[in-house]
Amino acid sequence: MTNNTDDVLVRIRDLHFSRGDRKIFNGLNLDIRRGRVTAIMGPSGTGKTTLLGLMGGQLRPDHGSIEVDGEIVSELNRSRLYELRKRIGMLFQSGALLTDISVFDNVAFPIREHTNLPPSMVRDMVLMKLESVGLRNARNLMPSELSGGMARRVALARAIALDPMMIMYDEPFTGQDPISMGVLVQLIRLLNDALGLTSVVISHDVQETATIADDIYVISEGRVVGQGTPEQLAATDSDWVKQFMQGLPDGPVPFHFPGAGYAEDLMAGVEEQGAR
Amino acid sequence: MIDVIRQLGRWGLRVFGRLGRGHIFLMHILAGIPSVLARFGLLVQQMFSVGVLSLLIIVVSGLFVGMVLGLQGYNTLVDFGAEESLGVVVALSLVRELGPVVAALLFAGRAGSALTAEIGLMKSTEQLSGMEMMAVDPVKRVIAPRFLAGFISLPLLATIFTAVGVMGGFFVGVGLLGVDDGAFWSQIQAKVDFYEDIMNGVIKSIVFGFVVTWIALFEGYDAVPTSEGVSRATTRTVVHSSLAVLGLDFVLTALMFGNI
Repeated sequence: MTNNTDDVLVRIRDLHFSRGDRKIFNGLNLDIRRGRVTAIMGPSGTGKTTLLGLMGGQLRPDHGSIEVDGEIVSELNRSRLYELRKRIGMLFQSGALLTDISVFDNVAFPIREHTNLPPSMVRDMVLMKLESVGLRNARNLMPSELSGGMARRVALARAIALDPMMIMYDEPFTGQDPISMGVLVQLIRLLNDALGLTSVVISHDVQETATIADDIYVISEGRVVGQGTPEQLAATDSDWVKQFMQGLPDGPVPFHFPGAGYAEDLMAGVEEQGAR
Repeated sequence: MIDVIRQLGRWGLRVFGRLGRGHIFLMHILAGIPSVLARFGLLVQQMFSVGVLSLLIIVVSGLFVGMVLGLQGYNTLVDFGAEESLGVVVALSLVRELGPVVAALLFAGRAGSALTAEIGLMKSTEQLSGMEMMAVDPVKRVIAPRFLAGFISLPLLATIFTAVGVMGGFFVGVGLLGVDDGAFWSQIQAKVDFYEDIMNGVIKSIVFGFVVTWIALFEGYDAVPTSEGVSRATTRTVVHSSLAVLGLDFVLTALMFGNI
């Protein structure tokens, strides 16, 4: 399935991307190695989901390059981009299941769209994928009948339907109860190792992600501010990474929104009232 | 003053930007039509939800519009002793104008708003992005079948509207007000021309079907992916497509019947 034997599957170099006047990425460099679970972490609003959009070719960088399996994503034409996407699975935060068809049909969707396999084989493939996420017996349910955790597992079964080389997870643990979270954590690791995938997990759930990730990148203000194995990051000297990894309320990222000082602001209120 | 000009410029850019996106979107849809024809099941499914499910409102409205036409037409014609021409009045009004126009307005309200809401919600729940990431073109897979279904359904619905309307006029005129049965039908047969009247009406409904479905799908696809955005898009679909239908009706009528 893969085009080359390079150890690095995704190579991001000097990535710049803006939305309007707001700079999201400002010279981001990042490598995702084959066969490993790589977590990309950072506070909300740092552009983690945008990064997945750029890696999947839904967005184009202003400057710099994203190379996936030896191909520069932004330089691919539509048909070659679609060929690349067939080898990439993506788990959206919402699951993004098609709401008007059943769980079975959702998992069968990419298989039916991209292959001409006979219905009996499609059925077997779908049941195997659903079995691997523990939802074979939920195949006749509609997406509206699933809990949040189940919906994400169905979406995961759909993401691996075509046996991709890489899966991108967008905030897989957000809004999950402890059991669903445990199941998802285990599934991500298990599927990665059993199917020989490369996994990219975008998350800000530090503890859960650290238990399964081989490599972690911490990004902030458009750049990588920390990288390494979970152990290396736990022992980091960087105040910023320490604040993020330990969830401290104050530090380099201030608790207070920047602006005028507290005392100054209170006094200004008195002056304003006095002026009326 | 400068502010007004600036706002006008901003508004103009927004309008032209949307027009441009709308036309690119249309080209993309038209390019996807062959793939819809290859997967006929998708089209049938959409024709059911866009066309068949709109039947009830079309039939009921057609019946009442025809009945009102019969009643009003009779009251006017009877003063001139021309009540036997009631059939022609009802049939020509429906075939040339009311059939295509009212059916299109009802279609915009019933099917157009549903299409916009469906596509808008698919966008806001990331279903369209999900398809793109599965290397499935959402325009080909989701939009094009709906477009073709709307384009085919509206002329059929308008024809049904017209037929039911004529029956409504018949019930009131002949059944209640005593117009001669034979005169009612024979006058229609003699005065309604297949090409001049019926085909022109059908052409109108084909144009309306194209425009209403295009607007509805574009509004959904271009909607801001929030609940407020989808609600605004749905409103815009009904308003814009109704105005487009009425405006185009004038243009088409002028071209077909107006000797302009």
